[in-house]
Amino acid sequence: MTVIQRPQDKLRTPKPLKKPARFTPPWPLNLYQTAIGKKWVMGLTGLGLVGFVVAHMIGNLHLYEGQLEVAEYAHSLRTIGAGLVPETAVLWVLRLGLISMFGLHIHSAITLSAMNRAANSRYQAPRDFAAANFASRTTRITGIIIALFVVWHLADLTWGFTGGFMGWRGDGFNHGDPLWNVDNSMSNVVIAIWYMIATTAVAVHLFHGIRSAFISIGLSSPKFNPLIKPLAAGIAGLVLVGNLSFPIMVMTGALEADEPLDVHELIATEFKEAAE
Amino acid sequence: MEETLNITLKVWRQDGPDERGRFETYDAPNIGTDMSFLEMLDVVNENLNEDGNEPIAFESDCREGICGTCDLMIDGKAHGPEKGTATCQLHMRKYSDGDTIVIEPFRAASFPILKDLAVNRSALDAIVMAGGFISVNTGAAPDANLIPVPKEASDQAFDAAACIGCGACVAACPNSAAQLFTSAKIQHMNLLPQGQAERWKRTEAMVETMEMFFGSCTNHGECHDACPKEIPLDLIAWTNRDYIKSKNKNRKLAGQKG
Ligand code: SF4
Ligand code: FES
Repeated sequence: MTVIQRPQDKLRTPKPLKKPARFTPPWPLNLYQTAIGKKWVMGLTGLGLVGFVVAHMIGNLHLYEGQLEVAEYAHSLRTIGAGLVPETAVLWVLRLGLISMFGLHIHSAITLSAMNRAANSRYQAPRDFAAANFASRTTRITGIIIALFVVWHLADLTWGFTGGFMGWRGDGFNHGDPLWNVDNSMSNVVIAIWYMIATTAVAVHLFHGIRSAFISIGLSSPKFNPLIKPLAAGIAGLVLVGNLSFPIMVMTGALEADEPLDVHELIATEFKEAAE
Repeated sequence: MEETLNITLKVWRQDGPDERGRFETYDAPNIGTDMSFLEMLDVVNENLNEDGNEPIAFESDCREGICGTCDLMIDGKAHGPEKGTATCQLHMRKYSDGDTIVIEPFRAASFPILKDLAVNRSALDAIVMAGGFISVNTGAAPDANLIPVPKEASDQAFDAAACIGCGACVAACPNSAAQLFTSAKIQHMNLLPQGQAERWKRTEAMVETMEMFFGSCTNHGECHDACPKEIPLDLIAWTNRDYIKSKNKNRKLAGQKG
């Protein structure tokens, strides 16, 4: 893009903040070079991740069914489409989709933030914001909390690295036994509080993110707008209540596992029967 | 009898584009409540002049809310506390005796300060010059209503066309994004039949010029709140949609060139 300048403007139009791109990839990749294209990516990946967060929260509710049932649910996730493709193949396709959505979401956030920092010049007196709310002003902070939390959460409840973490955690990690692991992790007050902070950060992030995504991908109209805020608040609230309940229930002792399950044994026997 | 106020001002003073600025405090005694904000500044400037001091540089032109020249950041709000009005339409009756008012210029990396409260907003002109027009062959004026326009489209185009180009949306935005201004300037033509011929060229050119100077929108909505014409946020969404389409359409049109 070249800036048109009338001769008398030569001195007046400020220098562009952005240099023209040296190399333009073919469509549609060139969209990602522009801020609005990045916002589309951010909005679409964001909505995809919202879908994941909601599905994850609903899946978590299996914890309330009992130790055996939630282990069976976990097993069935790992073996989606097991009759047709190798075990965990479908799961890995889903996981790769999730990882790339996370990656793109974070990358576009970082590059857009850098652009905004360059375009900004700080006011010397305090600002009086009218429309920007707590959620919208803190998306970057809640985003960083969520990114850290995701790493922790995988280490804690997927990989089990935190099994003997500084002696904080109870009786170690039992692969494929969610209730046992959740109970052991969240019986520690510090870990439970960290889960609650992160869950709150997710909800706050979603509240602004969902509303924002609709504008970024051009879904906004006088008729549709009054629905967007309640929708965002509803989804954020649902995720918040659902996910906060787990650390709270573990601490009150309502969610408890007495014995680790012998998951290998179960896969060979009961889960197989259930599948058939 | 007319009431009068005694106001204290904290005003940003900066001698030139590359000088260091600072806040200076001035007394504004005996300000009539019927005065506009700019008239109050005029009084302060007269006093400064009489004492042999440099008056405060600020911009204004029409003083009736239609030109978009009067840009002040008043107590951390673009165009001051009153909603839907430009600085010149803000009146001193909004304030009470003894108030302290902080006045800063509009700030953004692409709004360099010229002097005191006056900033250079030529970057906004660059966006309009990139495509904020329709090309018509002049001749006899066409008959009125020759081209039918749906009522909804004409209403929305009018809402968008109300933008006076003041730049308050940029000043209010925590990211210094110019999306509300650019969207208003794009959509008041994209919504009408007369704007269709250059729709995709216009959208691509104006958005990409905007991105050279300004930040990117994170959908806070501060711009709409500061805007003296209350330009709707929907225009931003529609521009986001048009821009994505334009990249594809312009590519196809380019392919048709022999
Ligand atoms: S959109 Fe509103 S705030 Fe922005 S330049 Fe136009 S009139 Fe001013
Ligand atoms: S001086 Fe023209 S809009 Fe205020």
